[in-house]
Amino acid sequence: MFQRILVGGLFAGFAAGLIAALLQLVFVQPVLLQAELYEGGGLAYPAAAGSAAAAAETGGIEPLRDGLSVLFTTLLYTGYALVLTAAMALAAERGIRIIARQGLVWGIAGFVSVQLAPAFGVPPELPGSAAAEIDLRRVWWFGTVAATAAGIGLAAFGRGWTMRGLAVALILAPHVIGAPQPASFAGPAPPEVGSLFAARALGTGLASWALLGLLAAYFWIREGKRMENTARTA
Amino acid sequence: MIAQTRSRVLASTNLVAIALCAFIGLAIVTLAGHAQTSALHDAAHDTRHAAGFPCH
Repeated sequence: MFQRILVGGLFAGFAAGLIAALLQLVFVQPVLLQAELYEGGGLAYPAAAGSAAAAAETGGIEPLRDGLSVLFTTLLYTGYALVLTAAMALAAERGIRIIARQGLVWGIAGFVSVQLAPAFGVPPELPGSAAAEIDLRRVWWFGTVAATAAGIGLAAFGRGWTMRGLAVALILAPHVIGAPQPASFAGPAPPEVGSLFAARALGTGLASWALLGLLAAYFWIREGKRMENTARTA
Repeated sequence: MIAQTRSRVLASTNLVAIALCAFIGLAIVTLAGHAQTSALHDAAHDTRHAAGFPCH
């Protein structure tokens, strides 16, 4: 079992992580670099006409910085994949059959738990934007991810109205409690850049997680078959 | 009786394996996404922003 989760998770995480890194470099990184120009004072907002065109010219490849991003995104998705595959294994252990195509739903559930639900209170942060104290946000972030994942799990596999009610309560609770917010707004970048960044971060996240779910389910099934065959021939 | 005990032992080793893998995954996510060491933070900076993690 350990080997099945580990091997499947590593394959799925590595492949989905590389695609995620590519999407991130193409779609998210230019917006992030643009925001850094405002953060560093290279561009000012509000500004004279033509600043949008000037800002749009950011980009290009920085080998070390982008290489580290690829490395860490791949690493991050490998971590996600191990947790997701472990969750699939737990479901399989409880008699739920995993089909490769269902991986899509697993992936989307992962995206909602790890990215969408936390973003509802603490949106993807543009460099330089104002935010509450990091430790407070981190506690809220972890709590939200855990509560949402547990809630989705209960909604999907729980039986009876108590379970369903508990699922709704778990998913709602972090947002009723409320995320820590900054005392004042001080972001130097235009709101246009901020909203584009948030949309791009969530969009690439959804695509990557959907792929991750499909691959995790595929490799979970493939590793199972492979181990069965090995056991039979041994 | 023996078969029943064996399947129970198998099920519990499976649960341990599942918990261990989930723990390794969470450790990787925490290290790559949340550890505040300055070198790690700088290296993973863009990834953390794109993943929507609290960064600064």
